[in-house]
Amino acid sequence: MIGAGFIYAVAGAAFALFAALSATDRTNPKRFGNAAFYALLTASFWFGDAIGDVGNGVLVLGLVGIAGFGLMGRGGRATTAPAARVAEAEARGNRIFVPALVIPATALIGTLLFWQVPTLVDPKQVTLVALTCGVLIALAVGYAWLRPAPATPFAEGVRLMDSVGWAAVLPQMLASLGAVFALAGVGEAVGQLAGMALPSGSLIGAVLVYGLGMAGFTMVMGNAFAAFPVMLGGIGMPLLIRQFHGDPAVVAAIGMLAGFCGTLMTPMAANFNLVPAALLDLKDKGAVIKAQVPTAIPLLVVNIALLYFLGFR
Amino acid sequence: MIVLIGIAVIVAGFVLRFNPLLVVAVSALVTGLAAGIDPVAILAAFGKAFNTSRYVSVIYIVLPVIGLLERHGLQERARGLIAGLRGATVGRLLIGYMLFRQLTAALGLTSIAGPAQSVRPLVAPMASAAAEAQGEPAGTDHIPAMAAATDNIGLFFGEDIFIAIGSILLMKGVLDGYGIDIQPLHLSLWAIPTAIAAALIHGTRLWWIDRRLARSRRVER
Repeated sequence: MIGAGFIYAVAGAAFALFAALSATDRTNPKRFGNAAFYALLTASFWFGDAIGDVGNGVLVLGLVGIAGFGLMGRGGRATTAPAARVAEAEARGNRIFVPALVIPATALIGTLLFWQVPTLVDPKQVTLVALTCGVLIALAVGYAWLRPAPATPFAEGVRLMDSVGWAAVLPQMLASLGAVFALAGVGEAVGQLAGMALPSGSLIGAVLVYGLGMAGFTMVMGNAFAAFPVMLGGIGMPLLIRQFHGDPAVVAAIGMLAGFCGTLMTPMAANFNLVPAALLDLKDKGAVIKAQVPTAIPLLVVNIALLYFLGFR
Repeated sequence: MIVLIGIAVIVAGFVLRFNPLLVVAVSALVTGLAAGIDPVAILAAFGKAFNTSRYVSVIYIVLPVIGLLERHGLQERARGLIAGLRGATVGRLLIGYMLFRQLTAALGLTSIAGPAQSVRPLVAPMASAAAEAQGEPAGTDHIPAMAAATDNIGLFFGEDIFIAIGSILLMKGVLDGYGIDIQPLHLSLWAIPTAIAAALIHGTRLWWIDRRLARSRRVER
């Protein structure tokens, strides 16, 4: 059966090539830091199930050490010049979008197709298997049409990967922090705090605290990914899903979007709110947040209403 | 309640600008210790969750494809396409860009635009030029900030419709932890009502800029 093994084999191979191309990139003064970081991710994808929980914990400490002590840099391998790209964009026209569109199209069509053959593809992994197939097809189309040198797509991939850098594993780190929070009972502590403030048996009160809590927690932690496991564990699961029998998909999806409203209103989300203000040379570094608040607040109200009316039918 | 100090660690760490990976690791350690958990058990719990949430980081396999296409002019062609949508007013321009950003993000194409790739070189200058032609004073923060805000709003309330984006996979992972099995497509469908509401609310604000500029021009006459 095609499932997680296939996906992680491909992902591990991609990061192995990133590691090899980083190690040989003499334009990057910190090339071995990058190479070690990507090699650890390869190890995680290929051997994560074999090295045990503590082994994975030590692997994470390695990633944290490399990132925390600033051992990663950005490579400067030559790519095509802007003028050449403009000329090629003119010559190739909108066909250049085709390989890029192959990926989401395959992911969507594959997901719908694979559901029909649950014996061939692990039903829990259909989306990621389809996405991985889409990437492999798009890569094949790219090689056939654009005729790059064998290493070129991965050298360009490293260029983009380096610009993401350690931030690539932040979502995975925050998901793991959420697991430790769950083990330590942070959700229950938040739930207790909310319980003191909430009249018991009030659905609308629970929905309000969950929605406002997602936005508020996201503002504190700068990221809805970090707020989600805590608020779901504290209020979403015990009250909205178990006590009031809410639809888990609606509670999760709209809760996350309420969190995104918080992301629009916090300087903690530096990459979305402070970096653009700097890039645009704005005099007021809070100008982007100020431009977003009048959209974020009514949208948060809409999300809370959608959750209340769609989640409990 | 003492376990909540892990949250204080996060806030302090970000305010003091330590590396976020380091801050997250320290917060996990402090939270676990506050709950009386053995350090090795904390490490094991963190490692286990890291291993089971690996699928969040699978998305980076798209980078070689995107990098190859960028090398051959993908961004330049995308810019050309947006430039072809040249509407006469700042409101129409930004509404068009917001819808473009929502639709492409919903197809998973989150990195074809952004503050560095599209807002600074293209959208902000075009929006400012259009607004100045409508009578907005030059050199203020208002219009460029609105361009950056429009980019974020289009991205945030489009990307969750794509079935393989990080937040959808995170939700799936967390719900799995509670023994609830939900398909990503089911989660992404529930992002559509909010996406429509975001387009209506932000679109109205953008339309209002055009209206305000048209009114102040009429008053001058």
